[in-house]
Amino acid sequence: MKEITRAAIAIVVVCIILFGVNNYLNQSSGNAGNDTLTIYNWGEYIDPDLITQFEEESGYRVVYETFDSNEAMMTKIEQGGTSYDIAVPSEYAIEKMKENDLLLEIDHSKIPNMSNIDPYFLDLAFDPKNKYSIPYFWGTVGIVFNPALLDGQSFESWDALWDPSLEGEVLLVDGAREIIGMGLNSLGYSLNSTDEKELLEATAKLKELTPNVKAIIGDEVTQLMINEEASVAVTFSGQAADMMWENEGLDYAVPEEGSNLWFDNMVIPKTAANVEGAHEFINFMLDAEVAAQNADYVGYSTPNTAAVALMDEEVTSDERFYPPEESRENLEVYKNLGLEMLGKYNELFLEFKMSSN
Amino acid sequence: METKTTKTFYLIPYYVWIALFVIAPIALIAYYSFFDLHGNFTLENYLNFFSSVYLKLTLSSFWYAFLITFFTLVIAYPTAYLLTKTKHKQLWLLLIIIPSWINLLLKTYAFIGIFGLYGPVNAFLNVFGIGEKQILFTDFSFVFVAVYIFIPFMILPIFNSLDKLNPSLIDASRDLGASSWTTFSKVILPLTINGVKAGIQAVFIPSLSLFMITRLIAGNKVITLGTAIEQQFLVTQNWGMGSTIAVFLIIFMVIIMIITGQRDKGATSNGNNK
Repeated sequence: MKEITRAAIAIVVVCIILFGVNNYLNQSSGNAGNDTLTIYNWGEYIDPDLITQFEEESGYRVVYETFDSNEAMMTKIEQGGTSYDIAVPSEYAIEKMKENDLLLEIDHSKIPNMSNIDPYFLDLAFDPKNKYSIPYFWGTVGIVFNPALLDGQSFESWDALWDPSLEGEVLLVDGAREIIGMGLNSLGYSLNSTDEKELLEATAKLKELTPNVKAIIGDEVTQLMINEEASVAVTFSGQAADMMWENEGLDYAVPEEGSNLWFDNMVIPKTAANVEGAHEFINFMLDAEVAAQNADYVGYSTPNTAAVALMDEEVTSDERFYPPEESRENLEVYKNLGLEMLGKYNELFLEFKMSSN
Repeated sequence: METKTTKTFYLIPYYVWIALFVIAPIALIAYYSFFDLHGNFTLENYLNFFSSVYLKLTLSSFWYAFLITFFTLVIAYPTAYLLTKTKHKQLWLLLIIIPSWINLLLKTYAFIGIFGLYGPVNAFLNVFGIGEKQILFTDFSFVFVAVYIFIPFMILPIFNSLDKLNPSLIDASRDLGASSWTTFSKVILPLTINGVKAGIQAVFIPSLSLFMITRLIAGNKVITLGTAIEQQFLVTQNWGMGSTIAVFLIIFMVIIMIITGQRDKGATSNGNNK
């Protein structure tokens, strides 16, 4: 009994000491709670140096958390719990968050740098007049491939993926909208289709792809392609840019039948505790030099015209990543299809995954 | 009288714990499973579960869980037996347990490198002229990694029951003319069966709901009930369906607990429970 009491006291003492040290450390880094800014962003989606720079300039302490899907992010924001000040959802997620009343209106007078943004990316259907969101990056979904491991295939068409010579070589991104959308696109349908027949047809076509599928994974795709573990991957343009940066032998193509054009935007969720800081951060990220540095680091395409002017000509004239407006016509933006349809997409995707063994 | 009140007093934290962290969550899961996307009461989720997709999913989960448990047992039993015969058995046991302190995700990522096309395993195969093989993202790699991760959980209970086995019983069996196989099947195995059952519980049940390894090592070509639940909650946001799958998972677990439950017979009184 005596020993138990002693052990219990020892544990309590250690806890108190740790708590004290933790408090001390937090204070010495200049934070008493209210001047923190909590950012909720995709993984590897910002240059960490910029966070430090923002901390120095503004005096806020930044807490940076990451998510790996729009849905996971929305669920967490809906639950409350953490007071996220900034989040970076994609366009269809913004539509849904607006519906669910999860966003705060943005005060444009506090964001003078908004004039840097290409008007093409402003006032879009998912958020008229940019009441709730400010563009962060944009890009496409396409095919990244390693010509050295292939014999001369090109990927102007999605159908090239079905080629029997690619057996066990294709990596797919683990997203229902992306993959079912690819199936729909390859048949010439819209990737926002809600037509039961078209969806089933797309799933049936995808099932024929299974012998070629090596794996259906998330961010690990980058490393696998860099290491030449696979020769073809369906992925986002920015991830492709990352890979091509590391492995110069890789190439990227957006099939002609059409694909997804997406926008990620900064928003201020309802949970925000530091609205002032959130505006400051958005304005900071829109600064020409900051945005250029960030785009260089992340590899996605920036909607910031002033930043594009500062960046390497070789990057910004690359039509694979900065397709000119005319060729964006075949690309479609995801629409919010509603939870029921999303459930349907996911069930079909699950069916596809299960048939891939 | 006083001992009785103090006893009830000491039991309060236990009851509070059970009520808050065991009964309440299960009740909530059961409750949510009766609602559709719009919050209306429905039994459709249960009907949905019996559609082909989810039944196939359940079957494949069971099949992989069975494979994993089988191979873990086949490796763990002889290992545990050898451990009890070694001189510094506690040290050897510790060496087997230490890897289970390392973060699961870290170990899983390591296997991506090990099994990769340019990883050590393929380099080894190349030396013998077999050539490169696709190991990562196959059934084999999935079962291998899962077995590797679960082995300590199987060895520990079996080791405990083997260690408590009275060696004179084995001597007696031999003296009375039993062959080594008879000694094993009639004496050692019945006396350690509780350890084996505990090990099976500790491996089979978590294997049913593995979800991270299915993505990283099997490349989502193996889908378990755990993956489906994760998808329903995080992606589809259909809590009703997610809860329904969870309810079935709980039912399966209870069934497994009953099958592998510990029955106290005289013969097993040397088992690890005593």
